[in-house]
Amino acid sequence: MIKTKIVHRPKLNFWQKLYFPEVFRGVLLTSRHFFKNLILHFFHSFGLFRRIAAAVTIQYPEEFWKLPSRLRTRHRLTKREDGSPRCVACMMCETVCPARCIYIVAEEHPDPNIEKRPKSFDIDLGKCVYCGFCVEACPEDAIRMDTKILDIAAYSRQGMMLDMNELLNPTTFIPRREASRKS
Amino acid sequence: MLAALGIQTVLAFIFLGFVFNLAALHAWIERKQSALMQDRIGANRAWITLPWKWALPINWILMPFNKLGLFHPIADAIKMFTKEDYIPPSGNKFLHTLAPCLSLFFALVGFAAIPFGNTIEIGGRVISLQVANINVALLYIFAMASMGVYGVVLAGFSSNNNYAVLGGLRASSQMLSYEIAIGLTVMGVVMIYGSLNLQELVRAQGNYLLGWLPLWGVVVQPVGFLLFLAAGIAETKRIPYDAPEGESEIIGYFVEYSGMKFGMFFFTDYLETIMIASLATTLFFGGWQVPYLMDAGFHFPWGQAISLSPLLVSLLQILSFVLKVLFFCWLFMTIRWTLPRFRYDQLLKLGWHYMFPIALANVFVTAIILLVIEGM
Repeated sequence: MIKTKIVHRPKLNFWQKLYFPEVFRGVLLTSRHFFKNLILHFFHSFGLFRRIAAAVTIQYPEEFWKLPSRLRTRHRLTKREDGSPRCVACMMCETVCPARCIYIVAEEHPDPNIEKRPKSFDIDLGKCVYCGFCVEACPEDAIRMDTKILDIAAYSRQGMMLDMNELLNPTTFIPRREASRKS
Repeated sequence: MLAALGIQTVLAFIFLGFVFNLAALHAWIERKQSALMQDRIGANRAWITLPWKWALPINWILMPFNKLGLFHPIADAIKMFTKEDYIPPSGNKFLHTLAPCLSLFFALVGFAAIPFGNTIEIGGRVISLQVANINVALLYIFAMASMGVYGVVLAGFSSNNNYAVLGGLRASSQMLSYEIAIGLTVMGVVMIYGSLNLQELVRAQGNYLLGWLPLWGVVVQPVGFLLFLAAGIAETKRIPYDAPEGESEIIGYFVEYSGMKFGMFFFTDYLETIMIASLATTLFFGGWQVPYLMDAGFHFPWGQAISLSPLLVSLLQILSFVLKVLFFCWLFMTIRWTLPRFRYDQLLKLGWHYMFPIALANVFVTAIILLVIEGM
């Protein structure tokens, strides 16, 4: 037997039923915000009281949200000291990827101490679900998702494909101004 | 005769210019004010910057307008003029085109009777600052406001769309019920000042109660003023009373409208807001009256007097009218962005069960008080 709890509508008292005092209270609340923000905007335009925000808006292309350090963003491949990719083409990431968006073609590495290296390493961002499994699966710390690139867009599906060169040197990376607002 | 006609035309153009610009600015006021009230910034991306080097000072002048988003109404207008103007093939083409024109026309002609200043003397000719001095101005304004419903009903009818018809029907019933409340509240003011001529009504509000309190409509008819505000907002078909438009349920009578025809309906809403604001100013807040400003200058009740030139007095009075109208526009916009909307049945219940009886009682009480005062 499920016990139901009946929640009654709160009864309005006389002043609430009159409606006008409540309207007045509501208008008072909203106009308080209005005048506070108006005065703050006025001062901001003279460069005063910049610390007190007049709006919660982050004006995106100019301002940028301060990203959490553990946020998973666009992938990159890490490099060895000589600049070659750390990736050993073990196919772990390709195997674990639930979206199957990683395509690796392996080849022999000239260094006999290293078994393989990727001939090509493509990621289809149109398919990627940003789960971060590839980063976890990688035994060599060769793939990371810490570029802080969020604005990924392309005019074609082909444009969403990232090749190895792009992954090693994230060229579309635009150095952001330090986020002026605290997150 | 011809000179009088010319003067009247110039006055009409001046007042129409004011009203049109204020209505266009309402698109900006609405965006920015709602943004400020909700801790946002509001639209500020429609920038005009000239690419040439010599235009640097012009760009510098344009900058504050850009940052305030003042070019958004222009961007809106460009968008609306360039959009496809779709007429539903099963609808009535003629009525579909006529409806927004009727709406806009009747919203505009009402302004002719609003006095925006006292008389002004130029070249020995005394000009009353009013486009048309009509003896039954109040009646005329309410007649025009009710005619505006035709545009809305026709829009709903000619679109051949069920939702549009619903919107039109709602609009007609809402207008009907609130027109009655508004007419009755205004009766109280008319009884006290004894005139339907708005210029006379405003002049009568220049008297003083007990020698210091301006005898404005809001002082003698506080209940009437509140009722007028509530019913007046219903006339504008904006949010607390937006049953005919109802964006969240039926889209309303303009579902099938696009492009500038939709823009005209939108513009009509703003014009009606300004209309109600100027009516509230004229009837309840003394129109162009400035407290303690006589024809020759300020005469304060504590005996001090500042004499001003007649032209300055006229300018002050016009400024006072404009400021009062702006205040009411601000108030209506605040109310629109504060209150949630009424359901359709709540709306009609409020109109018929509460506003109408209170307005009747207001007229009754006013009549009794007037009789008692006359008998004394």
